[in-house]
Amino acid sequence: MSLYSKTAHELMELLNKRRISSRELVNSVFDRIEKVDPKINAFVLTDKEESLRLADQIDAKRAKGEEVGLLAGIPVGIKDNLCYRGRATTCGSKILKGYHGSYTATAVSKLVDSGAIPVGNLNMDEFAMGSSCETSAYGSCKNPWNLEYIPGGSSGGSAAAVSADEVIMALGSDTGGSIRQPASLCGVVGMKPTYGRVSRFGLVAYASSLDQIGPITKDVTDNALLLKVISGHDSFDSTAVHTDVPDYVSLLEGSIKGLKIGIPKEYFVDGMDSEVESAVKNAIKKFSELGCEPVEVSLPHTQYAIAAYYIIATAEASSNLARFDGVRYGFRAEESDDLIDMYFRTKSAGFGAEVKRRILLGTYVLSSGYYDAYYKKAQKVRTLIKQDFDMAFDKADCIITPTAPTPAFKLGEKLNDPLTMYLSDIFTISINLAGLPCIAVPCGFTRNNLPVGMQIIGKPFSEDKILKTAYNFERATDFHKAKPNLV
Amino acid sequence: MAFTEKDVDYISKLARIYLSDEEKRNFTTQLDSILEYVDKLNELDTSDIEPTAHILPLNNVMRDDTVKKIWDTELAIRQSPLMKDRLYIVAKVIE
Repeated sequence: MSLYSKTAHELMELLNKRRISSRELVNSVFDRIEKVDPKINAFVLTDKEESLRLADQIDAKRAKGEEVGLLAGIPVGIKDNLCYRGRATTCGSKILKGYHGSYTATAVSKLVDSGAIPVGNLNMDEFAMGSSCETSAYGSCKNPWNLEYIPGGSSGGSAAAVSADEVIMALGSDTGGSIRQPASLCGVVGMKPTYGRVSRFGLVAYASSLDQIGPITKDVTDNALLLKVISGHDSFDSTAVHTDVPDYVSLLEGSIKGLKIGIPKEYFVDGMDSEVESAVKNAIKKFSELGCEPVEVSLPHTQYAIAAYYIIATAEASSNLARFDGVRYGFRAEESDDLIDMYFRTKSAGFGAEVKRRILLGTYVLSSGYYDAYYKKAQKVRTLIKQDFDMAFDKADCIITPTAPTPAFKLGEKLNDPLTMYLSDIFTISINLAGLPCIAVPCGFTRNNLPVGMQIIGKPFSEDKILKTAYNFERATDFHKAKPNLV
Repeated sequence: MAFTEKDVDYISKLARIYLSDEEKRNFTTQLDSILEYVDKLNELDTSDIEPTAHILPLNNVMRDDTVKKIWDTELAIRQSPLMKDRLYIVAKVIE
């Protein structure tokens, strides 16, 4: 088995025993990238020279017997909206053309401190706005399981790269499902941590009350490992909370017998894709075999989540993206009559259609006379959605649902129909509104050999419990071991 | 409450975005259908519900007021697409 196809926990054992060097591993990963990325387009940039330099440093430390971090020598991909000092960060957008991080995001610096090697930036929907990775200014990323299909979004590059063994693990960000949906459509494991678990400092903001950085990995153990590395309080992000970060990997083991698994009836409705439904129902059966007890719960406000989300997220986005004015960084339109005209021309040429659409929608719902009718109303509905989960967690320890209502769809299929695209986020969005932790894991394949995933939702800061639940399922199944055929 | 091209004109001005005629047409139709969809929130009586801004029980977060060097200002300043002598160049603002 090639080095690039292994998991981080397998590789750490080989690296720590010095059976392999980090240089060999980095070379193996870059060989893979060079071979398959022209088909997949998961990367917007790679830095082999810097990666090898970091690998040699780690190898030298190990040779001298010095202590190394939890991910020393492991190649990791970074979503293109996370800053890394001196490296380009473009959010998949023309408007950030030429921008280089002037500092490093906290999650990325924790990664580098653990010895991980950030090999490059991964493709994404422009400013993380999209569910298909088609709105990137660098062209669509493709699903490694079938190159005519979308990988999901917005962290499509992160999920596709992990699935295609182009990186060992990756960081994504999740505002309305942007880690979990692509992870499930590409057959890998993705976690959106509790809002506040991971610092957002250095993550280019989309919707600040919903955004959260999280790990995308080949299996649950790697997910626990990477989450441990990036979590924790940060004085640069006042919403990154002061709570202990458990040693997630050591908490994976142990039985889940007696665990009450909530099944929300609102998530299993008519019109849902039958193959997705049967894969998730089979997974629930598997949990029963493992001694868990499925209980029906109700999340009655689910049908209002998309409406509330697209008001709150676009409102916050219209405010966050106002900063791209062509003065201090990034792209500036060349000819203009005056300063205001320069702003107009820069934004018009720099932003793509989906970003413009969301800025306009957000501007509208915040505009004079509409604030109460839209933004405040949506924030009140957000309270109701959160209360639904509070009540469901009185009856259940965790909640299981499909990650997406369908498997991956074809490239171009929904691109010109934004409302239909937004509706595909139905299962992931409520969790961001409620700020809960949630892990997406593979749970089946369709007849066309496209992956299907489910999500396990937990109470705030119960990442350890949902990881343990996912780990028990993974050990009892083989879905995570399947690889796309890319030769 | 139908959303019209006049609305698109108004908000694109607020957002400082020029739109082509085609964009204007598309966005009018698309935003109209999105806004019609989000109107379903009005089915809910929320008069007694408190709004949620974010889910954390946070109030003010304080830290000691100490000077720290957190990044290289040169690197931050040098990002500008147009500058001279460490100053950003823009069109004249005050006549």
